[in-house]
Amino acid sequence: MTATSGNPEVSLGMPQLPAPDYPADVRARLEADAKEVIARYPGSRSALLPLLHLVQSEEGHVTRTGIRFCAELLGLTTAEVTAVSTFYTMYRRKPSGDYQVGVCTNTLCAVMGGDAIFDELKEHLGVGNDETTADGKVTLEHIECNAACDYAPVVMVNWEFFDNQTPESAKQLVDDLRAGRPVAPTRGAPLCTYKDTARILAGFPDRREGAVEATGSAGAASLAGLRLAKGEELPGGTDHVVAPRDGARPTDEAPSGRAPGEAPATHPSSHDAPRDTSASDPHHPAGPAAEEGE
Amino acid sequence: MTLSTEYGGHSQPEAGGETSPEKLLTPVLSAFWDQPNSWTLETYRRHEGYEGARKALAMAPDDVIAYVKDAGLRGRGGAGFPTGMKWQFIPQGDGKPHYLVVNADESEPGTCKDIPLLFANPHALIEGIVIACHAIRSEHAFIYLRGETVPVLRRLHEAVREAYAAGYLGKNVMGSGLDLELTVHAGAGAYICGEETALLDSLEGRRGQPRLRPPFPAVAGLYACPTVVNNVESIASVPAIMNRGKEWFRSMGSEKSPGFTLYSLSGHVTNPGQYEAPLGITLRQLLDMSGGIRPGHRLKFWTPGGSSTPMFTDEHLDVPLDYEGVGAAGSMLGTKALQCFDETTCVVRAVTRWTEFYAHESCGKCTPCREGTYWLVQLLRDIEAGKGRMADLDKLNDIADNINGKSFCALGDGAASPIFSSLKYFRAEYEQHVTGKGCPFDPAKSTAWADKHLEVNA
Repeated sequence: MTATSGNPEVSLGMPQLPAPDYPADVRARLEADAKEVIARYPGSRSALLPLLHLVQSEEGHVTRTGIRFCAELLGLTTAEVTAVSTFYTMYRRKPSGDYQVGVCTNTLCAVMGGDAIFDELKEHLGVGNDETTADGKVTLEHIECNAACDYAPVVMVNWEFFDNQTPESAKQLVDDLRAGRPVAPTRGAPLCTYKDTARILAGFPDRREGAVEATGSAGAASLAGLRLAKGEELPGGTDHVVAPRDGARPTDEAPSGRAPGEAPATHPSSHDAPRDTSASDPHHPAGPAAEEGE
Repeated sequence: MTLSTEYGGHSQPEAGGETSPEKLLTPVLSAFWDQPNSWTLETYRRHEGYEGARKALAMAPDDVIAYVKDAGLRGRGGAGFPTGMKWQFIPQGDGKPHYLVVNADESEPGTCKDIPLLFANPHALIEGIVIACHAIRSEHAFIYLRGETVPVLRRLHEAVREAYAAGYLGKNVMGSGLDLELTVHAGAGAYICGEETALLDSLEGRRGQPRLRPPFPAVAGLYACPTVVNNVESIASVPAIMNRGKEWFRSMGSEKSPGFTLYSLSGHVTNPGQYEAPLGITLRQLLDMSGGIRPGHRLKFWTPGGSSTPMFTDEHLDVPLDYEGVGAAGSMLGTKALQCFDETTCVVRAVTRWTEFYAHESCGKCTPCREGTYWLVQLLRDIEAGKGRMADLDKLNDIADNINGKSFCALGDGAASPIFSSLKYFRAEYEQHVTGKGCPFDPAKSTAWADKHLEVNA
C-alpha cells in the first residue's frame, strides 16, 4: 500500500495516541453513574451497552474518550469496546443534532408514504441521510421498521413516536424543531434532547413530571380490536365490509347500487382513482370486496 | 418448496351468527388498554392483576411448568415452540444460577404487538416473569427491550419500580420465599439481537452475533448458565392462564394451537391496529369485521407474520391463522404481523426494500447470508430500475437457495422467504420490469394519502 503525502487522511502507520480522559469532575460524575449501572448485572461486561448510551448522553456521540472510559471501567481494551460500539446503529460516530429525525423507510412505511416523506425532508432541510442541518438542530436519517406499522407512515424524533405522518406534517415538525417551538409526539413524552434520551437508555428513569403518563394509555390503532370487541364501530367499518352477510348488518345508506368498497362513481376525481376492485373485475373473485362463497 | 392450495379460492363455512366481532375477538392482554392510566399497578390490580402469580407461587415449580405445558401455550415470537417445554429443559439441581431473558427486541418488519402491549400493560409481562422465574427457579430476569422505543422504556422503568415497591419483585416475592431481581436492559439498534443467541451475546456486552447450537441456551445461555429466552407476548400470556385456568385457555383456538393472541393489521386496510383473537381466525374474518381493504382497492399480497414469512395472496384469505394452518399453506405464523398491500403496490419494490433491510442487518458472521444478501440487493435494484435481464430471475432464486438453511440463524432463511414467495406468485411482474425496462407502478398511488380526496365525499 502506498499513500500520497499530500493526503492528510491517510495514516502512514503512526499509532494514535491514547484518547484524552474526561475532565476530573465529569469523570467523577460519570463514574458514579457507571458503577450504579454495572451493579445491575452479574457480569460487568453486560453493562457495556448501557455505558455506551451513558457516554453518548455526555457528548452526543461516542467519542474516543467515551470508549476509553468504558474500557477502563469494564477492564476491556479500547479495541473491544470499539468493536461493539460500531456494531449497533444507535451509537453515533460523529457529532449530530439535538433532534434525530428518523423516517421509517422499511417496506410498509415506505409504500404508505415514508419514501415521499424522506425525499421531501431531504429537500426541505437541504441535507442527505445521516446529515445535520447547519444550525445543529436536526439530524435526518432513514430508519428501519420501528414496530409501529399500524401507524404508518412513522417518523421518530429522539425515539418518540410521531404516527401517521404526511410530507406536510413532517415538514412542519422539523420547522418547529428548528424554531424551538414545542412539538408533541403522538405516543411518548414531550421531547428532550438527544443527550437526555441517551441517559434514559442508559437505564436512568425519566424524572420529568408527567413524562411517563404523557399521551395516555394507548394509541388509537392499538385499541381498534378492543373497540370492536366492545361492540363499538370503527371509522368506515360498516360501509366497506369485506363480505357482507345477509341481514347480519346493514351495509350502509349508500343510495346507489355501488358495491361495498367501490369508489363513488360521481366523484369528480374518481376517473383517475384506482377502480380495479374485485367487484369490477370478475377475474379476481377472491378479493376482499367479493361476495362470500363466490 | 411446495405449497398447498387447499384453502385457496373458497370460503370456509361458518356457523350462522358466530361472526360478529364481539364473538370473534377475545381481548385478554388488551382488555383494559382503553382505561385511564392502563399501565399502572393500580389499574392492573383492578383487573385481577397478580392473581395468577399468587396462584402459581402457591404451587410447586414443576407443577407450574406442567400446567403451562398442559395449557398448550406456544411461543408468540415466531417459532411457536411450546413455552412449558422450554421451561422444562432447564436442568434442576445443577448448582448454577438460572436466568430468564425476555426478548422485547421487536424488530421484524411488520411486527408491532409487543411494543403497544408494553406501552399499555407492562405489568402483564412483569407478572409473567414472576411466574416463570418461580417455575424455572431463577432469581434474576432481564427484559431486553429494543432501544428505539423510549416511550416504552419509560413505562417499563416505572412499572418495575412499582412492582419492587409493592413486593412483587425483590426479596421474598409476595411472601413466597422467592427472591427475584429484574433488570430492564435497552438495546442499541440491531435487528439480529431478536435472535435468541445473538440477544444473549449482546446482553453480555458483545456484538450481537448468533451462537452455534448446541449447546442450547437452556443448557448454556447467559454467562454459560441455563437460560430461558421467551418473547414478551408468550410470558405476558402466562398470568391469565394461571388465573383463569388451562381449560379456559384451551377453549380458544385449536387442539395444537390453543389460546388467544395479538394479530397486528397494517398497510392498505381501512382500520389498521391490534386485534386480539383466538388462534385460527382468518384474514378474511379480520378484514370483514374491521372495514376491509381501503375503499376502492383490493388485496394483492400480505405477510402472515412479518417479512420473513413467505408472502400470501388473495388466494389465502381463508387460511386459519394458527401454526398448523399457515404452515400447511406454505408459510409460517411468525409474529402474526399481517401487512396488507393492495394492487397499487409493486412487489419488486417491496421485496427489494425488505432485502436491503436483511443486507443491512446481516451480522456478517456467516458467509452465505452476508454475501448472498448483498448480491440479492444488487440484482433487485437493477431489476426494479429496468436494468435487469431475464436470467437474473433464476439467479435470484439460486442465490436465495444458497442462503436458505445455510447460516447459523434464521435471518438468512428470512431473507430468502420474500424472494422465493414473490417469484412464485408474481414472476410475471418481475418479467414486466425486465421487458418493460422499468417499474410500471406509480408509488404515489400507494401512499396513505393517495385517496384522501375520495374519502371526503365517501
